[in-house]
Amino acid sequence: MFAQTPRTPPPGGPKLPDMTETTLDTLVGELNVTWVIVATVLVFFMQAGFALLEIGFSRGKNAGMGIAKILVNFSIASIGWWAAGFAIAFGGAGWLAGDSGFLFQFGREYTLFGEDVTASGADASFFIFQFMFAAVSLAIVWGTTLERMKFAAYIPFAIVFSVLIYPLIAHWGFGGGLFAADRLGGLFGDGVQDFAGSSVVHLTGATAAFAALLLLGPRKGKYTAEGQPRAIPGHNMPLFGLGVIILWLGWFGFNGGSTLGTGGGRFAEVIAVTNLGAAGGVLGAMIVGRLKQKTLDIGMIGNGAIAGLVGITAPSGYVEFWAAPIIGLVAGAIVVLGVLAIDKKLDDPVGALSAHGLAGIWGTLACGLFTSDRLAETVGIGKPGLFYSGDFSQLGVQALAVIFTFVTVFVLSWITLKLIQATVGLRVSVQDEDAGLDISEHGMYGYPEQFIPAAELVGYGGGPDRTVPPARVPTEI
Amino acid sequence: MKMVMAYIRHEAFEPIRTELLTLGFPSLTISEVKGSGRQKGVTERYRGAELTNYLRPKVKLECVVADADVQTIVDTVLRHGRTGAVGDGKVFVIPVDESYRVRTGEAGEEVLQSHPEAGA
Repeated sequence: MFAQTPRTPPPGGPKLPDMTETTLDTLVGELNVTWVIVATVLVFFMQAGFALLEIGFSRGKNAGMGIAKILVNFSIASIGWWAAGFAIAFGGAGWLAGDSGFLFQFGREYTLFGEDVTASGADASFFIFQFMFAAVSLAIVWGTTLERMKFAAYIPFAIVFSVLIYPLIAHWGFGGGLFAADRLGGLFGDGVQDFAGSSVVHLTGATAAFAALLLLGPRKGKYTAEGQPRAIPGHNMPLFGLGVIILWLGWFGFNGGSTLGTGGGRFAEVIAVTNLGAAGGVLGAMIVGRLKQKTLDIGMIGNGAIAGLVGITAPSGYVEFWAAPIIGLVAGAIVVLGVLAIDKKLDDPVGALSAHGLAGIWGTLACGLFTSDRLAETVGIGKPGLFYSGDFSQLGVQALAVIFTFVTVFVLSWITLKLIQATVGLRVSVQDEDAGLDISEHGMYGYPEQFIPAAELVGYGGGPDRTVPPARVPTEI
Repeated sequence: MKMVMAYIRHEAFEPIRTELLTLGFPSLTISEVKGSGRQKGVTERYRGAELTNYLRPKVKLECVVADADVQTIVDTVLRHGRTGAVGDGKVFVIPVDESYRVRTGEAGEEVLQSHPEAGA
């Protein structure tokens, strides 16, 4: 039946699951694992979304590098998360960080949410699902640094981010650390509500991006001598739009998978709420964009979808359907106003500081307003929001978590990036920036036909070894 | 009347354009061109194989002015176009026999550059 599965476990090896006996209990467990892995695959696909979104918003001379950047960062984070990131995020019950589960391995003992467990297939699904979140958070960091960052600088930062910075915040928010109930004398009340990571994943990524941007400075020519911002249009809006739609699709796994199972069909409810939030984001950005700019800006509408999704990420497990479009609408409005305000001083080519940072803060705070009695009880974290309880306490807890996350991530990222700047450097030379990162860093163009004259391209009638085909003699009939 | 024809780096165009505007020379034409000079080729490596590309992209700027203004234009191009590296480009000055404004049919030097009412 399983051609390569040994019938008996190897002596002394890890205990294999008993495949001979199937009970309702084992089936329920396997169903949960199945859903988590489906969600994992969806969240992985978000990497394609980030790649296309960023490539679409870049100039054509920087179109190819996005692929190398996404693949290399994802791969470094994969190893880092396996070696240490997962252990720090989830391997322990301390308030600061986990301390078990390094070099995660099937059959090894570690501590998960305060319980000693032996790593099984279900733990493997949790491990890989949570990794995808770390990878999303890392991808968010780099959109802001497009078109001028040195490739060599990505590598050390990806290591530190996947091993320390993201896992620390993930431990606080998801792993039962600082942001859980009754930590540090009840500082965070009954716990911080962040269902899938408006703050843990998105604000973390955007905060690191903010630190990188402050050290990196704007792209050449973004601001006039008088300091007026100028548009640097991305080269492909259809690619950008496809990126947004792929991210939207991946988000169903991102939020829906955060139920970590199929129990009670909760994941379907979360996915429905997620979609309503995204829809609100698109419409909010469209309306506010039209009012502010007198035009139906494609980039702003796309950013609105992302902002709506980021905004609904924390509340997706805590709010009723009616609240979702409102949360999305506000997020869509925030992203437009945020992009317009930030662009005056800071060059953020994709609007990640607004879409992930400001909308992430809004989403985290929105729990303190909209969380319903029913869902606060179902999830078992925190209290109902202001609109249900008339009580500001949960809103205060949410705000405190935002401040803790921002300050911690900013300080750690800034120190790391400052060290990278002092050693390998953060920014390419002006000549390389002018030529484009595709040719200067990667030695090839994303669109060769656009940069190499046809006269010098093989197969376009040119090239040094050009041959003239013999004239075709028409066949006589 | 002379045509100043300059082959310059893309980056040089913007400062030249800005200065020409402030000096009162708004009329010019540019083309994206590819050419070769002493500048070395750029080698692209595509999955192990090499492709050397000698024709480099440049901006070709054409600007027709009165004889008295030629030196101003040339100086502006030289000042902003020079990085000191091979590949900064060339400037040529070419005589022009006649000129006409299509809208009105006027001929001669007055059709070049700023409108008389806007100039001076």
